[in-house]
Amino acid sequence: MNARVEYVLRFGDNALVLAQRLCAWVAHAPIMEEDVALANVSLDLFGQARLWLAYAGELEGAGRDEDALAFHRGAGEFRNVLLVERPNGDFAETTVRGYFYDLWASLALAELSRSKDERIAAIAEKARKENAYHLRRSEDWMIRLGDGTEESRSRMQRAVNDFWRYTGELFLGDEVDATMREQGVGFDPTALREPWLERVRATFAAATLDVSSDVWMQRGGKQGVHTESLGYLLAEMQVLPRTISGAAW
Amino acid sequence: MMCHGERSERSEVGNGIEAIRALLDDVRDPEIPAISITDLGIMRDVRRASDGALEIVLTPTYSGCPATKAIQEDVEGTLREHGVENARVVVQLAPAWTTEWITQRGRERLRAFGIAPPEEVARCPRCSSASTRELAHFGSTPCKALYRCNACNEPFDYFKRL
Repeated sequence: MNARVEYVLRFGDNALVLAQRLCAWVAHAPIMEEDVALANVSLDLFGQARLWLAYAGELEGAGRDEDALAFHRGAGEFRNVLLVERPNGDFAETTVRGYFYDLWASLALAELSRSKDERIAAIAEKARKENAYHLRRSEDWMIRLGDGTEESRSRMQRAVNDFWRYTGELFLGDEVDATMREQGVGFDPTALREPWLERVRATFAAATLDVSSDVWMQRGGKQGVHTESLGYLLAEMQVLPRTISGAAW
Repeated sequence: MMCHGERSERSEVGNGIEAIRALLDDVRDPEIPAISITDLGIMRDVRRASDGALEIVLTPTYSGCPATKAIQEDVEGTLREHGVENARVVVQLAPAWTTEWITQRGRERLRAFGIAPPEEVARCPRCSSASTRELAHFGSTPCKALYRCNACNEPFDYFKRL
Protein backbone atom coordinates (compact mmCIF):
# COMPACT_ATOMS: atom_id res chain seq x y z
CA MET A 1 0.00 0.00 0.00
CA ASN A 2 1.08 3.52 -0.74
CA ALA A 3 2.95 5.00 2.25
CA ARG A 4 0.88 8.16 2.32
CA VAL A 5 -2.41 6.24 2.32
CA GLU A 6 -1.08 4.12 5.15
CA TYR A 7 0.05 7.20 7.04
CA VAL A 8 -3.27 9.04 6.76
CA LEU A 9 -5.17 5.88 7.74
CA ARG A 10 -3.25 5.77 11.00
CA PHE A 11 -4.48 9.17 12.09
CA GLY A 12 -7.98 8.48 10.86
CA ASP A 13 -8.16 5.12 12.62
CA ASN A 14 -6.85 6.55 15.90
CA ALA A 15 -9.64 9.13 15.86
CA LEU A 16 -12.31 6.66 14.72
CA VAL A 17 -11.56 3.93 17.24
CA LEU A 18 -11.29 6.33 20.19
CA ALA A 19 -14.48 8.08 19.08
CA GLN A 20 -16.29 4.74 19.04
CA ARG A 21 -14.96 3.86 22.50
CA LEU A 22 -16.01 7.21 23.96
CA CYS A 23 -19.52 7.22 22.55
CA ALA A 24 -20.20 4.03 24.53
CA TRP A 25 -20.16 6.27 27.63
CA VAL A 26 -23.25 8.17 26.55
CA ALA A 27 -25.92 7.79 29.24
CA HIS A 28 -23.41 5.95 31.49
CA ALA A 29 -21.11 8.76 32.66
CA PRO A 30 -20.87 9.45 36.41
CA ILE A 31 -22.36 12.93 36.09
CA MET A 32 -24.43 14.74 33.48
CA GLU A 33 -21.69 17.22 32.54
CA GLU A 34 -19.30 14.39 31.83
CA ASP A 35 -21.85 12.60 29.72
CA VAL A 36 -22.07 15.71 27.57
CA ALA A 37 -18.31 16.21 27.54
CA LEU A 38 -17.55 12.62 26.51
CA ALA A 39 -20.14 12.83 23.75
CA ASN A 40 -18.65 16.11 22.52
CA VAL A 41 -15.11 14.76 22.44
CA SER A 42 -16.35 11.66 20.67
CA LEU A 43 -18.16 13.78 18.10
CA ASP A 44 -15.05 15.88 17.42
CA LEU A 45 -13.06 12.69 16.89
CA PHE A 46 -15.66 11.20 14.54
CA GLY A 47 -15.48 14.43 12.53
CA GLN A 48 -11.71 14.27 12.40
CA ALA A 49 -11.82 10.60 11.44
CA ARG A 50 -14.13 11.45 8.59
CA LEU A 51 -11.75 14.09 7.25
CA TRP A 52 -8.73 11.77 7.48
CA LEU A 53 -10.46 8.72 6.04
CA ALA A 54 -12.04 10.66 3.19
CA TYR A 55 -8.56 11.84 2.24
CA ALA A 56 -7.07 8.35 2.60
CA GLY A 57 -9.76 7.07 0.24
CA GLU A 58 -9.00 9.78 -2.33
CA LEU A 59 -5.27 9.08 -2.15
CA GLU A 60 -5.87 5.37 -2.55
CA GLY A 61 -7.93 6.00 -5.66
CA ALA A 62 -9.78 2.70 -5.45
CA GLY A 63 -13.21 4.22 -5.05
CA ARG A 64 -13.44 3.74 -1.29
CA ASP A 65 -14.93 6.65 0.62
CA GLU A 66 -14.74 7.25 4.39
CA ASP A 67 -17.72 4.99 5.08
CA ALA A 68 -16.25 2.13 3.08
CA LEU A 69 -13.01 2.47 5.03
CA ALA A 70 -14.74 2.72 8.40
CA PHE A 71 -17.27 -0.07 7.93
CA HIS A 72 -15.77 -2.51 5.47
CA ARG A 73 -12.31 -3.19 6.78
CA GLY A 74 -11.43 -5.97 9.21
CA ALA A 75 -9.34 -5.56 12.36
CA GLY A 76 -6.14 -6.50 10.54
CA GLU A 77 -6.61 -3.58 8.17
CA PHE A 78 -6.93 -1.00 10.93
CA ARG A 79 -3.87 1.12 11.63
CA ASN A 80 -4.66 2.71 14.98
CA VAL A 81 -2.30 2.46 17.94
CA LEU A 82 -3.23 -0.16 20.55
CA LEU A 83 -3.83 2.45 23.25
CA VAL A 84 -7.08 3.78 21.74
CA GLU A 85 -8.69 0.35 21.30
CA ARG A 86 -8.28 -0.66 24.95
CA PRO A 87 -11.68 -1.05 26.64
CA ASN A 88 -13.23 1.86 28.55
CA GLY A 89 -12.96 0.21 31.97
CA ASP A 90 -14.01 2.59 34.73
CA PHE A 91 -13.96 6.37 34.53
CA ALA A 92 -10.34 6.42 35.74
CA GLU A 93 -9.23 4.14 32.91
CA THR A 94 -11.08 6.18 30.29
CA THR A 95 -9.53 9.35 31.71
CA VAL A 96 -5.96 8.03 31.72
CA ARG A 97 -6.27 6.54 28.22
CA GLY A 98 -7.72 9.84 26.99
CA TYR A 99 -5.03 11.92 28.64
CA PHE A 100 -2.20 9.85 27.13
CA TYR A 101 -3.78 10.12 23.70
CA ASP A 102 -4.80 13.80 23.92
CA LEU A 103 -1.31 14.83 24.97
CA TRP A 104 0.32 12.81 22.19
CA ALA A 105 -2.21 14.12 19.66
CA SER A 106 -1.52 17.72 20.65
CA LEU A 107 2.15 17.20 19.77
CA ALA A 108 1.52 15.09 16.66
CA LEU A 109 -1.09 17.46 15.20
CA ALA A 110 1.17 20.47 15.76
CA GLU A 111 3.82 18.67 13.68
CA LEU A 112 1.34 17.68 10.98
CA SER A 113 -0.06 21.21 10.74
CA ARG A 114 3.31 22.09 9.16
CA SER A 115 3.12 19.23 6.64
CA LYS A 116 4.01 19.90 3.01
CA ASP A 117 0.83 18.08 2.12
CA GLU A 118 -1.66 20.94 2.33
CA ARG A 119 -4.64 18.71 2.95
CA ILE A 120 -2.90 16.99 5.87
CA ALA A 121 -1.86 20.38 7.25
CA ALA A 122 -5.44 21.70 7.00
CA ILE A 123 -7.00 18.69 8.74
CA ALA A 124 -4.33 18.73 11.44
CA GLU A 125 -4.79 22.43 12.10
CA LYS A 126 -8.52 21.99 12.48
CA ALA A 127 -8.13 18.96 14.73
CA ARG A 128 -5.42 20.65 16.78
CA LYS A 129 -7.78 23.40 17.90
CA GLU A 130 -10.40 20.90 19.02
CA ASN A 131 -7.82 18.70 20.68
CA ALA A 132 -6.65 21.59 22.86
CA TYR A 133 -10.02 21.49 24.62
CA HIS A 134 -9.88 17.72 24.99
CA LEU A 135 -6.45 17.88 26.58
CA ARG A 136 -7.50 20.64 28.95
CA ARG A 137 -10.34 18.46 30.20
CA SER A 138 -8.40 15.22 30.50
CA GLU A 139 -5.51 16.92 32.27
CA ASP A 140 -7.94 18.53 34.73
CA TRP A 141 -9.37 15.12 35.56
CA MET A 142 -5.93 13.53 35.93
CA ILE A 143 -5.11 16.06 38.63
CA ARG A 144 -8.51 16.15 40.28
CA LEU A 145 -8.86 12.38 40.55
CA GLY A 146 -5.17 11.65 41.15
CA ASP A 147 -4.97 14.22 43.92
CA GLY A 148 -8.43 13.26 45.12
CA THR A 149 -9.62 10.63 47.56
CA GLU A 150 -7.79 7.46 48.44
CA GLU A 151 -10.23 5.56 46.25
CA SER A 152 -9.89 7.85 43.23
CA ARG A 153 -6.11 7.97 43.52
CA SER A 154 -5.75 4.19 43.69
CA ARG A 155 -7.99 3.73 40.67
CA MET A 156 -6.02 6.31 38.70
CA GLN A 157 -2.72 4.74 39.62
CA ARG A 158 -4.00 1.32 38.63
CA ALA A 159 -5.14 2.72 35.27
CA VAL A 160 -1.75 4.35 34.72
CA ASN A 161 -0.01 1.05 35.48
CA ASP A 162 -2.33 -0.77 33.06
CA PHE A 163 -2.02 1.67 30.18
CA TRP A 164 1.64 2.61 30.41
CA ARG A 165 2.59 -0.43 28.31
CA TYR A 166 0.59 1.00 25.40
CA THR A 167 2.33 4.38 25.36
CA GLY A 168 5.61 3.16 23.87
CA GLU A 169 4.05 2.56 20.49
CA LEU A 170 3.17 6.24 20.16
CA PHE A 171 6.84 7.05 19.78
CA LEU A 172 7.97 4.17 17.59
CA GLY A 173 8.74 4.93 13.98
CA ASP A 174 8.71 2.53 11.06
CA GLU A 175 9.37 2.71 7.32
CA VAL A 176 6.13 4.57 6.66
CA ASP A 177 7.08 7.24 9.20
CA ALA A 178 10.55 7.52 7.69
CA THR A 179 9.23 7.88 4.13
CA MET A 180 6.72 10.51 5.15
CA ARG A 181 9.35 12.41 7.05
CA GLU A 182 11.70 12.37 4.07
CA GLN A 183 8.95 13.82 1.90
CA GLY A 184 8.27 16.59 4.39
CA VAL A 185 4.80 15.20 4.90
CA GLY A 186 5.23 13.63 8.33
CA PHE A 187 7.35 13.80 11.46
CA ASP A 188 9.71 11.66 13.50
CA PRO A 189 7.60 10.05 16.24
CA THR A 190 10.61 9.42 18.49
CA ALA A 191 11.11 13.19 18.77
CA LEU A 192 7.75 13.57 20.54
CA ARG A 193 8.72 11.28 23.39
CA GLU A 194 10.65 13.76 25.53
CA PRO A 195 8.14 16.64 25.31
CA TRP A 196 5.36 14.14 26.04
CA LEU A 197 7.18 12.68 29.06
CA GLU A 198 8.02 16.11 30.37
CA ARG A 199 4.40 17.16 30.46
CA VAL A 200 3.31 13.79 31.88
CA ARG A 201 5.79 14.19 34.73
CA ALA A 202 4.49 17.69 35.51
CA THR A 203 0.87 16.54 35.44
CA PHE A 204 1.64 13.46 37.52
CA ALA A 205 3.48 15.57 40.10
CA ALA A 206 0.37 17.73 40.49
CA ALA A 207 -1.82 14.63 40.51
CA THR A 208 0.39 12.79 43.07
CA LEU A 209 0.63 9.86 40.65
CA ASP A 210 3.72 7.79 39.94
CA VAL A 211 5.07 7.27 36.46
CA SER A 212 5.31 3.55 35.88
CA SER A 213 8.75 2.05 35.84
CA ASP A 214 10.06 -0.18 33.11
CA VAL A 215 7.43 -2.40 31.59
CA TRP A 216 7.39 -4.26 28.30
CA MET A 217 5.95 -1.89 25.70
CA GLN A 218 3.30 -3.40 23.46
CA ARG A 219 3.37 -2.59 19.76
CA GLY A 220 1.86 -3.55 16.44
CA GLY A 221 -1.33 -1.52 16.04
CA LYS A 222 0.14 0.82 13.45
CA GLN A 223 1.01 -2.23 11.35
CA GLY A 224 -2.37 -3.92 11.82
CA VAL A 225 -1.57 -6.33 14.66
CA HIS A 226 -4.21 -5.61 17.27
CA THR A 227 -5.47 -6.78 20.63
CA GLU A 228 -8.53 -8.96 20.75
CA SER A 229 -10.76 -6.10 21.87
CA LEU A 230 -10.61 -4.26 18.54
CA GLY A 231 -12.55 -7.06 16.85
CA TYR A 232 -15.44 -6.70 19.30
CA LEU A 233 -15.47 -2.93 18.86
CA LEU A 234 -15.59 -3.25 15.08
CA ALA A 235 -18.27 -5.94 15.19
CA GLU A 236 -20.55 -3.56 17.02
CA MET A 237 -19.63 -0.51 14.95
CA GLN A 238 -19.90 -2.26 11.60
CA VAL A 239 -22.85 -4.59 12.07
CA LEU A 240 -25.46 -2.45 10.36
CA PRO A 241 -23.73 -1.58 7.07
CA ARG A 242 -22.34 -5.11 6.84
CA THR A 243 -25.73 -6.71 7.43
CA ILE A 244 -27.74 -4.42 5.21
CA SER A 245 -25.68 -3.67 2.17
CA GLY A 246 -25.95 -0.07 1.03
CA ALA A 247 -27.73 1.10 4.20
CA ALA A 248 -27.64 4.88 4.44
CA TRP A 249 -29.13 7.52 6.70
CA MET B 1 -35.95 20.86 8.54
CA MET B 2 -35.73 23.98 10.68
CA CYS B 3 -33.53 26.35 8.84
CA HIS B 4 -34.42 29.73 7.53
CA GLY B 5 -37.82 30.59 8.88
CA GLU B 6 -40.55 31.25 6.38
CA ARG B 7 -39.89 29.73 3.04
CA SER B 8 -40.32 32.52 0.59
CA GLU B 9 -42.21 31.89 -2.59
CA ARG B 10 -40.20 30.81 -5.53
CA SER B 11 -38.82 33.92 -7.03
CA GLU B 12 -36.11 34.73 -9.49
CA VAL B 13 -33.14 36.57 -8.12
CA GLY B 14 -30.47 38.29 -10.07
CA ASN B 15 -27.38 36.29 -10.80
CA GLY B 16 -25.19 38.93 -9.19
CA ILE B 17 -22.90 37.74 -6.44
CA GLU B 18 -24.28 40.33 -4.04
CA ALA B 19 -27.84 39.15 -4.64
CA ILE B 20 -26.78 35.59 -3.86
CA ARG B 21 -25.03 36.71 -0.71
CA ALA B 22 -28.16 38.53 0.42
CA LEU B 23 -30.24 35.45 -0.31
CA LEU B 24 -27.96 33.17 1.68
CA ASP B 25 -27.87 35.61 4.57
CA ASP B 26 -31.26 34.10 5.32
CA VAL B 27 -29.86 30.61 5.93
CA ARG B 28 -29.76 29.96 9.66
CA ASP B 29 -27.63 27.70 11.79
CA PRO B 30 -30.02 24.78 12.43
CA GLU B 31 -28.75 24.37 15.99
CA ILE B 32 -28.68 28.08 16.84
CA PRO B 33 -31.39 29.54 14.59
CA ALA B 34 -30.79 33.01 16.05
CA ILE B 35 -27.85 33.53 13.73
CA SER B 36 -27.20 33.09 10.05
CA ILE B 37 -24.28 31.45 8.30
CA THR B 38 -23.02 34.92 7.43
CA ASP B 39 -23.11 35.92 11.09
CA LEU B 40 -21.17 32.78 11.97
CA GLY B 41 -18.50 33.53 9.42
CA ILE B 42 -18.69 30.10 7.85
CA MET B 43 -19.67 31.36 4.38
CA ARG B 44 -16.21 32.24 3.19
CA ASP B 45 -16.91 33.19 -0.41
CA VAL B 46 -19.45 33.34 -3.19
CA ARG B 47 -17.76 33.23 -6.54
CA ARG B 48 -18.08 32.33 -10.18
CA ALA B 49 -15.91 29.34 -11.09
CA SER B 50 -14.11 29.04 -14.40
CA ASP B 51 -16.74 26.62 -15.69
CA GLY B 52 -19.42 29.26 -15.07
CA ALA B 53 -20.89 27.58 -11.99
CA LEU B 54 -21.66 29.55 -8.89
CA GLU B 55 -19.54 28.36 -5.97
CA ILE B 56 -20.58 28.85 -2.38
CA VAL B 57 -17.54 28.28 -0.17
CA LEU B 58 -18.38 27.01 3.32
CA THR B 59 -16.06 26.04 6.16
CA PRO B 60 -17.12 23.79 9.05
CA THR B 61 -17.12 25.11 12.63
CA TYR B 62 -16.14 21.92 14.51
CA SER B 63 -15.15 19.00 12.29
CA GLY B 64 -17.79 16.72 13.82
CA CYS B 65 -20.57 19.28 14.00
CA PRO B 66 -23.69 17.63 12.55
CA ALA B 67 -25.01 21.06 11.56
CA THR B 68 -22.44 21.29 8.77
CA LYS B 69 -24.26 18.86 6.51
CA ALA B 70 -27.66 20.40 7.32
CA ILE B 71 -26.33 23.85 6.48
CA GLN B 72 -24.92 22.62 3.18
CA GLU B 73 -28.31 21.17 2.28
CA ASP B 74 -30.08 24.36 3.36
CA VAL B 75 -27.82 26.45 1.13
CA GLU B 76 -28.47 24.18 -1.84
CA GLY B 77 -32.21 24.17 -1.09
CA THR B 78 -32.39 27.95 -0.80
CA LEU B 79 -30.64 28.42 -4.13
CA ARG B 80 -32.90 25.87 -5.80
CA GLU B 81 -36.04 27.45 -4.42
CA HIS B 82 -35.01 30.78 -5.84
CA GLY B 83 -34.30 29.38 -9.23
CA VAL B 84 -30.55 29.66 -8.99
CA GLU B 85 -29.15 26.91 -11.13
CA ASN B 86 -25.68 25.64 -11.81
CA ALA B 87 -24.50 26.25 -8.26
CA ARG B 88 -22.45 24.07 -5.96
CA VAL B 89 -21.18 24.10 -2.39
CA VAL B 90 -17.46 23.81 -1.88
CA VAL B 91 -16.21 22.86 1.59
CA GLN B 92 -12.91 24.48 2.50
CA LEU B 93 -10.91 23.47 5.58
CA ALA B 94 -8.07 25.97 5.55
CA PRO B 95 -7.76 28.46 7.06
CA ALA B 96 -9.52 26.75 9.96
CA TRP B 97 -12.63 28.48 11.22
CA THR B 98 -12.22 30.70 14.25
CA THR B 99 -14.81 32.41 16.43
CA GLU B 100 -13.05 35.66 15.52
CA TRP B 101 -15.04 35.45 12.27
CA ILE B 102 -18.39 35.77 14.02
CA THR B 103 -19.66 39.20 13.00
CA GLN B 104 -20.68 42.00 15.35
CA ARG B 105 -24.29 41.49 14.31
CA GLY B 106 -23.87 37.78 15.03
CA ARG B 107 -22.55 38.53 18.51
CA GLU B 108 -25.50 40.81 19.26
CA ARG B 109 -27.92 38.19 17.99
CA LEU B 110 -26.33 35.49 20.15
CA ARG B 111 -26.58 37.71 23.22
CA ALA B 112 -30.22 38.54 22.51
CA PHE B 113 -30.88 34.80 22.11
CA GLY B 114 -29.37 34.13 25.57
CA ILE B 115 -25.94 32.86 24.48
CA ALA B 116 -22.86 34.75 25.63
CA PRO B 117 -20.74 35.52 22.55
CA PRO B 118 -17.09 34.38 22.35
CA GLU B 119 -15.27 37.19 24.14
CA GLU B 120 -12.47 37.30 26.72
CA VAL B 121 -15.01 37.31 29.52
CA ALA B 122 -18.22 35.29 29.38
CA ARG B 123 -20.70 38.01 30.35
CA CYS B 124 -24.15 37.01 31.52
CA PRO B 125 -26.49 37.56 28.55
CA ARG B 126 -29.30 38.31 31.00
CA CYS B 127 -27.84 40.90 33.40
CA SER B 128 -24.47 41.64 31.70
CA SER B 129 -22.49 40.83 34.83
CA ALA B 130 -18.88 39.81 34.20
CA SER B 131 -18.91 37.75 37.39
CA THR B 132 -19.67 34.31 35.99
CA ARG B 133 -18.29 30.81 36.43
CA GLU B 134 -17.86 27.81 34.19
CA LEU B 135 -20.07 24.87 35.14
CA ALA B 136 -18.98 22.57 32.34
CA HIS B 137 -16.57 23.09 29.51
CA PHE B 138 -18.73 21.13 27.09
CA GLY B 139 -22.34 22.03 26.41
CA SER B 140 -25.34 21.13 24.34
CA THR B 141 -23.46 21.60 21.05
CA PRO B 142 -19.73 21.33 20.28
CA CYS B 143 -19.34 25.11 20.17
CA LYS B 144 -20.73 25.91 23.61
CA ALA B 145 -19.77 25.68 27.27
CA LEU B 146 -22.14 25.92 30.22
CA TYR B 147 -21.80 28.89 32.61
CA ARG B 148 -23.66 30.37 35.55
CA CYS B 149 -23.95 34.02 36.49
CA ASN B 150 -22.82 34.82 40.04
CA ALA B 151 -24.90 38.00 40.08
CA CYS B 152 -28.33 36.82 38.93
CA ASN B 153 -27.74 33.05 39.19
CA GLU B 154 -28.87 32.43 35.62
CA PRO B 155 -27.27 29.42 33.95
CA PHE B 156 -26.38 30.20 30.35
CA ASP B 157 -24.54 28.95 27.29
CA TYR B 158 -21.23 30.51 26.33
CA PHE B 159 -20.05 30.27 22.73
CA LYS B 160 -16.47 29.24 23.46
CA ARG B 161 -13.51 30.73 21.67
CA LEU B 162 -11.89 28.56 19.04
